[in-house]
Amino acid sequence: MEVDLSRIRPYGDTLDDGYMQLSFTLPVQCDAKAKKAAELLSEKMGLQDVKVVYAHNIADSFSFFIVYGRCIHSVDMTAINIPEVDVEFMSYDEINGFIEKHIGRKVVVVAACTGTDAHTVGIDAIISMKGYRGESGLERYPWFVTYNLGSQVANEDLVAKAIEVNADAILVSQVVTQRNIHIDNLTHLAELVEAEGIRDKVLLVMGGPRISHELAIELGYDAGFGPGTLPSHVGSFIAQALARRIRDSKEQQRGCIHE
Amino acid sequence: MRLEVDMSLVDQARSAAESIADSIQPIIDAYTTTSIERTVLRLLWVDGVDENNVPLPNIIVDQAQDAGLLEDGIAYWIGSAMLHTGLTLRETIGALSHGDIIFDRIPGAYDDAVRALVEDEAERTCKYIKERRLERERLILEKDSRVPPYLYVIVATGNIYEDVIQAKAAAKCGADVIAVIRSTGQSLLDYVPYGPTTEGVGGTYATQANFRIMREALDEVGRELGRYIRLVNYCSGLCMPEIAAMGALERLDMMLNDAMYGILFRNINMQRTFVDQHFSRMINAYAGIVINTGEDNYLTTADAYEEAHTVLASQFINEALARRSGLTPRQIGLGHAFEMDPDMTDGFLYELAQAEMARIIFPEAPLKYMPPTKHMTGNIFKGHLMDAMFNLAGAISGQTIQLLGILTEHVHTPHLHDRYLAIEGARYVMNNTRHLRDEITYKKGGIMEKRANEVLRKAASMLEQVAKIGLMSAIEQGMFASIKRERTGGRGLDGVIKKSERYYNPFQALFMKELTSPDFSPLLWGNPANRQGGGAEEWR
Repeated sequence: MEVDLSRIRPYGDTLDDGYMQLSFTLPVQCDAKAKKAAELLSEKMGLQDVKVVYAHNIADSFSFFIVYGRCIHSVDMTAINIPEVDVEFMSYDEINGFIEKHIGRKVVVVAACTGTDAHTVGIDAIISMKGYRGESGLERYPWFVTYNLGSQVANEDLVAKAIEVNADAILVSQVVTQRNIHIDNLTHLAELVEAEGIRDKVLLVMGGPRISHELAIELGYDAGFGPGTLPSHVGSFIAQALARRIRDSKEQQRGCIHE
Repeated sequence: MRLEVDMSLVDQARSAAESIADSIQPIIDAYTTTSIERTVLRLLWVDGVDENNVPLPNIIVDQAQDAGLLEDGIAYWIGSAMLHTGLTLRETIGALSHGDIIFDRIPGAYDDAVRALVEDEAERTCKYIKERRLERERLILEKDSRVPPYLYVIVATGNIYEDVIQAKAAAKCGADVIAVIRSTGQSLLDYVPYGPTTEGVGGTYATQANFRIMREALDEVGRELGRYIRLVNYCSGLCMPEIAAMGALERLDMMLNDAMYGILFRNINMQRTFVDQHFSRMINAYAGIVINTGEDNYLTTADAYEEAHTVLASQFINEALARRSGLTPRQIGLGHAFEMDPDMTDGFLYELAQAEMARIIFPEAPLKYMPPTKHMTGNIFKGHLMDAMFNLAGAISGQTIQLLGILTEHVHTPHLHDRYLAIEGARYVMNNTRHLRDEITYKKGGIMEKRANEVLRKAASMLEQVAKIGLMSAIEQGMFASIKRERTGGRGLDGVIKKSERYYNPFQALFMKELTSPDFSPLLWGNPANRQGGGAEEWR
C-alpha cells in the first residue's frame, strides 16, 4: 500500500476512498425535507456519495442524523509542523539524579487550578503523592518542593505565592474550557507573570484535557501538556528546561564579563 | 437469592456511624451560620436585591452580624424591630435595607412577644411549603408510574431558557429527572444570585427565578406527556440551606446534598458545613425532597477498586446525619458510582457486587447510581459501551436513580443528541433486562460475595476508627478521599456564630415537630400498579 503523504485522506475500506461518518442534529422536525437538508449540508462540508443512514426525530422539533460520505479533500502532511515539548523523558530516579547534578538544589514548583475551575483532577495527578497511573506525583520527589494551591485559585494569588517561595516553575491546570474561558484565564496569568517581572525566573507550564503544546507556545508559555501526561513527563521537562536556563544565563554572564 | 452480606458487620458499621454523627451534634446544636440566618429571612419571604445586586438577605444578615446580634438569631431581631416600630414584616425589611432602622438602635423585646409575632409568619411559610409537597404528591399519584431506575440526565447550557429547550427535549425522549448543573464556582459564592440568568460557565446559576422557570417548563411538558418530570439542583456550597429553602418554595424534587462534599472537595470549613447541612436537610425533609449524596466524588481521584470502602463508609455517615435532620430513609438517595478501570479483568463483577451490596445495606434508600466518568476518554464508541454496562449493572441491582452516562463525557457538556442517545441506550438495556434481577442468584462464596463482604469489612473498620478519633479529627488526618482539611481552615468559618441562650429560629421547631411525627411519610415515588392497563407500554 503506497500512501501519498502529500495527499492524505480518510481510509474506509480501500486506500483514498475518503469514507467518513458524522452525526449531527438539525433544529427541525424529521421529515423528507430535513433529511435532504442533512444530505446537502454534508455535501457542502466536502462529502460526496452522501448517505443519510439514520434519521430520527428527537422530541418533535429536532432531528438527528448519521451520515456517511466520501471526503473530496486531502491534506499535505509533509507540510505540517507541530511544535512539541522539547524534552527527553526520564524516570523518577533519573530526574532526581539530573536535578542533583545539573541544578544542585531543590526545584520549587507552585501549582494550581485557577479561575473558577474547581477540577483538581489534573493538578493532583501531577503533584500529589498518589500521582497518576501508578506513578508518584512531584510531591514525592526528594528534589522537588511543591505547593499545590488546589482549585479556584485567583491568578493573583498564584503569582504572589510563586514570588513568595521563589518558584522555579508555575503549573496551571485548566479543565473547564467551555466558551474558551481557559484561554482568557491563561492569557491573564501570563500577563501577570510578565507584569510582576518574574517571567525570566519561572517556567510557565499549562496542562489539561484540552491543552496542547501548540496552544501553550501561542499564549507565551514554556510548555503545554495534554491528557495522559505523567508526573515524570512534567518533572523531566522542568528539570531539563531549568538546567538549560541556568546554563544559558551563566554563559550570558560570562559573555558580559568578556566584553 | 440475593448476595449475602454479613449483617452483623452492617450493624457494627451503622452503630459506628451513629456515634460519629453524635460526636458532631454538639457543634451543630451550639452554632448558627450567616447562611442559616439568611435562610430564615428567605423563609420569611425576604427576597430581591439592592441597586448593586446584593441580595436583601445578605444585606440584613451582614448588618446584624456587624452589630454583633446574630447570636440571637435574625428572627429575634426582626421580631424586635417589628415590635419597636409597629411596622409589618415587609415594611421592617424595607426600612432595614434602606438604613431607616439600624439594628444598634433597636431594643431587644421580650422573647415571648417576638415569638408570638414571628411564629405566625413562619407558620404561613410552613403551610406554603407543605402545600407544595402535597401538590407533588397529587402529581405523583396521578402521573408517576415508572418502574425504577428513574432516568436522570443533566442540562448545563448556562442559559436557563436554553436549558428549558434541552430539558423538554430530554423529557420527550424519556428522561424522568432533569438536573440543572450549576455554573462552575457557585458553591464558593457566599450569596445566591438573583433573577433569571443567561450566562454561566459549565452550567447555569441556581437562582430562585431559574428554579421557577424550569419547574414550570417541566410541569408543562409533564402534562403533555402524562408523566411527572422531576427537577434537581445543588444544595451544596456556602449557601446550602438557602438553596434548600428556594427548592422547597419552588417544588424541586431532589437536591444534591452531601454532609462532607463541600469540606473535602470545595475546601469549605468543616464547622460551617456540618452546621449548614443539618438545617438544609431539615428543609429538604419537610419539603419532601429526596437528597442525593455525593459519594461518587471519592472515586474521581481515587481508585474505584481500592477505595470502594470509603464510599460505603461515607454512605453510612451521610445516612446517620440525614436521619438526625428528620429525613426519612426513603428520602436519602445515597450515591455511588461505576468507576472501575475498564481494563480490569472481572471489573463488572466487582461493580455489580458493590451495587448489590449497597442495595442490601440500604434497602429503603433510593440509591443514586453514577456513570463512568473517570475512564471516559473521548472515544465515544467505547464510552457508549461502558455506559451500556453501567445501565446493565443498574438494572440488575435495582437502583432507583440512574444518572445516565453520556458518550461524550470528557469532551463537552452534553449536546442535545448525546442525551437522546443516552436515554435510548438506557431504555434499550433496561427494558431488555427488566426481570433479569428476579431470575438471578449469586454463587455462594463466589467472587462477588467475597468482594462485597471485603468492602463491608473495610468500611466497618474504617468507621470504627473514625468513631474512635472523631469525625473532625478523621478529616484532619485525611481519612476521606486522602484530603486533609483543618477544623479552622477553609472558606466560610467567619460565618459560623455561637448561639446565645436566647437564640431563636422559628423554623427548626416547626419543621421538626412535623418531621418527628410518626405520620410524616411524604409520597416520593409513584406506583407502577397505578398505570391503567399495567406497565407494559412504559417501554414502548
